[in-house]
Amino acid sequence: MLIDVHAHFYHARTPRADWRERNDSRLTAGEKIGITAHVASILGSFGFSSPTYFPSPRDVTAGNDALLALQRAHPDRIRGYVCVNPNYTAHARAEIVRCLDAGMIGIKLAASRRADDPLLDPIAVLARERRVPVLQHIWQHRRHDWPGQEASDAVELCALARRHPEVAFILAHIGGGGDWQHSLHAVRDVANVYVDLSGSGVDGGMLEACIESVGVRRLLWGSDITMDTGWAKLRYLETVLSEQDAALVRWKNAARIFPPNAFPTD
Amino acid sequence: MPRVDCNAFVGAYPWRKVPGTSPEALLKALGRTKIDTAWVTHLPGLFWRDPTEGNAWLYETTRTEKRFKPVPIVHPALPQWEQVLADAANAGAPAVRCDPQYVGLDPAGGEMRALAAACGAARMPLMLAVRLEDGRQRHPNDRVNELPAAAVRALIRSDREVRLLVTHADRSVIEEVHFGSTPDEARRIWWDISWIWGPPEDHLALLLDTIGAERFVFGTGQPLRLPETSVAKLDLLDIKREAREAIESKNLQELMA
Repeated sequence: MLIDVHAHFYHARTPRADWRERNDSRLTAGEKIGITAHVASILGSFGFSSPTYFPSPRDVTAGNDALLALQRAHPDRIRGYVCVNPNYTAHARAEIVRCLDAGMIGIKLAASRRADDPLLDPIAVLARERRVPVLQHIWQHRRHDWPGQEASDAVELCALARRHPEVAFILAHIGGGGDWQHSLHAVRDVANVYVDLSGSGVDGGMLEACIESVGVRRLLWGSDITMDTGWAKLRYLETVLSEQDAALVRWKNAARIFPPNAFPTD
Repeated sequence: MPRVDCNAFVGAYPWRKVPGTSPEALLKALGRTKIDTAWVTHLPGLFWRDPTEGNAWLYETTRTEKRFKPVPIVHPALPQWEQVLADAANAGAPAVRCDPQYVGLDPAGGEMRALAAACGAARMPLMLAVRLEDGRQRHPNDRVNELPAAAVRALIRSDREVRLLVTHADRSVIEEVHFGSTPDEARRIWWDISWIWGPPEDHLALLLDTIGAERFVFGTGQPLRLPETSVAKLDLLDIKREAREAIESKNLQELMA
């Protein structure tokens, strides 16, 4: 079993003319890598008709619909996070209910609102009620604002996680840019924050630091938009971890925080 | 066919703790990833005022381990730099490297053009890195600019014989240089695959199709980066065995020819 907790797919109403090829490429690469389930999100229109990180409610719904269609087309391989924009509280909560009822298994928060903002509390409450994890887009140690997103860092995610200790939060792409050491210091003692290993970063020493910081029971394997780096990190981990510990990272930790029966062999 | 990593380092990195920087650890990593030979540079030297001071240690280390080939550093603004280049040739170095911005040089300025010309005359490939780390994560005091594509174009145009090996380049840099050069110029540039994305974006597959496998070589950037990454990139390609062998080994022979 291998669960990719951080995947993305595209659809027709995105700026990507090659959206079908990219989706097919992910599934083909997943077969080579041995991915059992791609747990994916679609961030609205990815900038086509509203900004990627500030998607309009209409684009949020369209993106989630596209992902539900993919999940229906590939029920053996694709699972969905419902993506929402917390600035539209009523829409976000309604969308979460709609998409979880339709079979999605988690919530994706990108960068529409800082993670420690009170507007995220109603979403976290719903996550606890429905017992689904929240994948939070993170800039590892944000030293200033970046254009196009209201990015959060680990300290802000931990503030939210401390307010909602029964919810599992996934700190996105530890290798996705920024100072990962800062994030690992921040999450060390926050037991309900899990570290997603995805991202293009493959720094020597990063995986050892992840293990040292949170232990293997809080690590989740993922790829995001570079599956080669994801596979490399998995290959390396499997040379330094026992088979049992590697299985935790490959899938058992994910199976523990996602809803029961979310994956085929639960 | 052997697998040759043309982009490896030994020695400590100044900006963060990196495990596995000793020659012994590098050997272990080569074994783990089935890499037969590594072209290695003395990593701390890249950051020294006189980076060539690390070359003696590099030669000593590579003399005692046949799986290592030395890629010494040349600083073309220091007196006697021509001798450093001659020493490299005498030591059997497959290439020399100079990362101009790490030593405060204009990457397309007079010193670098002189070095390019000397490398061309000596039939010695010149290696340059676009970056060593992701710009988003670098130490606050690590402010060296990335090697611009324009500088690579300027260097390859500056001498008709020079051959460049550019490491840590991404798709946009490679395309800008390749299609911004004449076919003759482009034929004298080789790119390592360490920073080129695989699926689902498939930048490496695209570049092999649009530019050709003959322009790419196997490099990892280890130990700053996991060497498994470059192996995984190749494993994820639908590529003929001949093309893979070319990337993993044969193209480097062309570079050194």
